[in-house]
Amino acid sequence: MASLSDNFNSPSPSSQIQILNINWFQKQPHGNDEVSLTMNITADLQSLFTWNTKQVFVFLAAEYETLKNSLNQVSLWDAIIPTKEHAKFWVQTANKYRFVDQGSNLRGKEFNLTLHWHVMPKTGKMFVDKLVMSGFRLPEEYR
Amino acid sequence: MALTRQALSLGMIVTSALMIWKALMCITGCESPVVVVLTGSMEPGFKRGDILFLHTSKDPIRTGEIVVFNVEGRDIPIVHRVIEVHERQDTRDVDILTKGDSNDQDDRFLYTYGQHWLSPQHIMGRAIGFLPYVGWVTIIMTEKPLIKYILLSALGLLVITSKD
Repeated sequence: MASLSDNFNSPSPSSQIQILNINWFQKQPHGNDEVSLTMNITADLQSLFTWNTKQVFVFLAAEYETLKNSLNQVSLWDAIIPTKEHAKFWVQTANKYRFVDQGSNLRGKEFNLTLHWHVMPKTGKMFVDKLVMSGFRLPEEYR
Repeated sequence: MALTRQALSLGMIVTSALMIWKALMCITGCESPVVVVLTGSMEPGFKRGDILFLHTSKDPIRTGEIVVFNVEGRDIPIVHRVIEVHERQDTRDVDILTKGDSNDQDDRFLYTYGQHWLSPQHIMGRAIGFLPYVGWVTIIMTEKPLIKYILLSALGLLVITSKD
């Protein structure tokens, strides 16, 4: 089937994320921390495309641990890459989706930013992988 | 008559398809191994009429996965992507939030009133592959039941009146 040839593709995607600015960082009235940040997202996902690729869905998620939750994954941004030509990109953006904690645990919080991609085929099996970038940290104080 | 033979062959094909379906149910381990995409909220990735192959596993749900879930009070299952996951330290309870790729808003407005998150028990399976267009047969049969009755009656009539 079409997916069989996809299995022989050895992709070598790459990416870099920079946090340019913490726009604001507050505890909302409902008691949950929320942060808005602006990022530079650079990536080269061209090697993911094969003849059987319809599109690549890419998203960036913040991942962190709290006392209450062993894992929190919050999607901050996503995009649909329709062709190989669009797959090498640089984007400067604020988070598209709200970064809200379950609680008030974000001050000084260390977190990973993980770039995930879903390769959606014209027919057959979807391929999924990700790149974890660690070492990010939120401010100690609200602002 | 050659037409009768063709119709009977069609009947055989349909029966074989049903048998394969039942076999798939056992292999993939879920009630409904295949789901037809009914709305455009996952375009352009999945379009109305596409078929999704599902898999159930005990693996934890993570962001990015495309899941099929039911909301109480709604008949049709929804196929959307997980955009948030919060997993508890001790209990392994998980709060899940979903959104259609081409929707601006997340799915909270779809969940039952007062429910802010999905749990793993709401999720019927994960999409792992797909076939385009094939689901249109099901959509037509469901949305225009008259066509289904006509087809089934015609098939029945041909079987009854065949000379063998």
